Amino acid sequence: MTTATEYKAGSNLERILSAGQFAVTGECGPPKSADGSVIEEKAKILKGYVDAVNITDNQTAVVRVCSMASGYQAQQNGLEAIMQMTCRDRNRLAMQADILGASVLGIKNVLCLTGDHLSFGNHPEARGVHDLDAITLLKMYKDMRDESRFQCGEEMTVAPQLYLGCAENPFADPFELRALRLQKKIEAGADFMQTQCIFNLPKFKKWMEAVRALGLHQEIKILAGITPIKGAGMANYMKKFVPGMDVPQEIIDRIAAQEKGAPQQAEGKKLAVEMIKELAEVEGVAGVHIMAVEWEAAVPEIVEAAGLMPRPAVA
Amino acid sequence: MITAERKPFDEILSLVEGKKKILVAGCDTCVAICLTGGEKEAEILASELRIKAQQDGREVEVEHTAAIRQCEWEYLDMIAQKVEEADLVLSMACGIGIQSLAEKFSPKLVMPAVNTNMLGMPQEHAVWLERCVACGECRIGLTAAICPVVRCSKSLMNGPCGGSHDGLCEVTGPNHEEIECAWALIWERLKAQGREELMFTDRPPKNWSKSSSGGPRKMVREEAKPV
Repeated sequence: MTTATEYKAGSNLERILSAGQFAVTGECGPPKSADGSVIEEKAKILKGYVDAVNITDNQTAVVRVCSMASGYQAQQNGLEAIMQMTCRDRNRLAMQADILGASVLGIKNVLCLTGDHLSFGNHPEARGVHDLDAITLLKMYKDMRDESRFQCGEEMTVAPQLYLGCAENPFADPFELRALRLQKKIEAGADFMQTQCIFNLPKFKKWMEAVRALGLHQEIKILAGITPIKGAGMANYMKKFVPGMDVPQEIIDRIAAQEKGAPQQAEGKKLAVEMIKELAEVEGVAGVHIMAVEWEAAVPEIVEAAGLMPRPAVA
Repeated sequence: MITAERKPFDEILSLVEGKKKILVAGCDTCVAICLTGGEKEAEILASELRIKAQQDGREVEVEHTAAIRQCEWEYLDMIAQKVEEADLVLSMACGIGIQSLAEKFSPKLVMPAVNTNMLGMPQEHAVWLERCVACGECRIGLTAAICPVVRCSKSLMNGPCGGSHDGLCEVTGPNHEEIECAWALIWERLKAQGREELMFTDRPPKNWSKSSSGGPRKMVREEAKPV
């Protein structure tokens, strides 16, 4: 039995995962303007249906409201944040300063990422920082939390309490390195991980076999990534243009077999529910991470239909 | 030219640990001119390794050679036999030469004996100063042929910053040596050229996608390809 004092950060997400409950996380992209209502609106939709929500950090290298401000806003609206932090736009000073700031504002979950390359975004001429990478970032935050030390070795009086996350793409190459790289992230300090969107279930299961063979599922909480498909056009786009995405043709065909619009959307949601149910049966999967990109409205229905309501409350 | 410095001897020893047949491969171009990795320096390092092995009572065979240019396939052909006979090649070429050698003879074990450090200008005998970072978008036409990307400590496009004093930068070099303020130099030369107005021209942010921020670069000269 885990007691409160053993928590690393004591976030809702950490409590639920530590209690062995099946976790559900969502995702919120901040707006490309100073519009303060966007996160509030998205939070209203997701509140109560997810245990915490990822707040993306200039995702796809496109400038948006920063993840710290949006994460704070989500928490003010009753939704626990998982603040994303990429190495592309900040050096180690900024990443330490930002995590201290986020901690002061009550943010406890942070997802450490390298970040999409600048060439994919709206400022391709910018200078990429990449002072650290996702793994050295995890280690830096772990040392801040557990050793009360900055990366340079200097001590701090009050350490940030953090629940550290990472991402991993089971569908990237070389396949045999993918589970080993997760191991490296665990050693660096990751407490939980979220996968890239899963459409190719057999390949994901194969990756989980490799993860279990290394015993990694006992060292880290694995949340399987789910993206509800809004239409065949989106599925085709993801297959062709989104790097690292593995969308089998039969999935596209299944969606395309329906009429465009509402019928395709309904099929997309149905598919997401089926995937969640199947993923929940995979040994070592501790939850799901639902990335409904600009389709937050689909999340409550999917979570309900997957039998994941009501969300647990762990004291 | 490309400059490099030899790694500390202990680090070199750790890179070759346990190997019985070592080839020290110099390069007779840039690294020879900066007195770091030419044939003569390769010979010296080979001797040092032999002496060390003898002192430690280890049996190690160390040979040396040098390619005219380690970064070109045809010159690598000329040292192929010696490379193939070695357990490990300790390259004294710049990062380009080391990688060319490793690629040519893959999977032969190749280790670097030097740290490649800059594109430098020999200011006086045995002194080199950094002059270029190969950023891929040269703007020194606007800055009196003085590169602020590499010579200004903050790579300012619109300097000088508040840390410039008496023509010097507030930052000092690794050995506490003073650094000239690039923007003070630019200003003085622009004045001498009667082109002061260039100091106040609009300089938009640089396009870093042409540097390493855009990913590994490749240059192809179609017109120069063999027909």
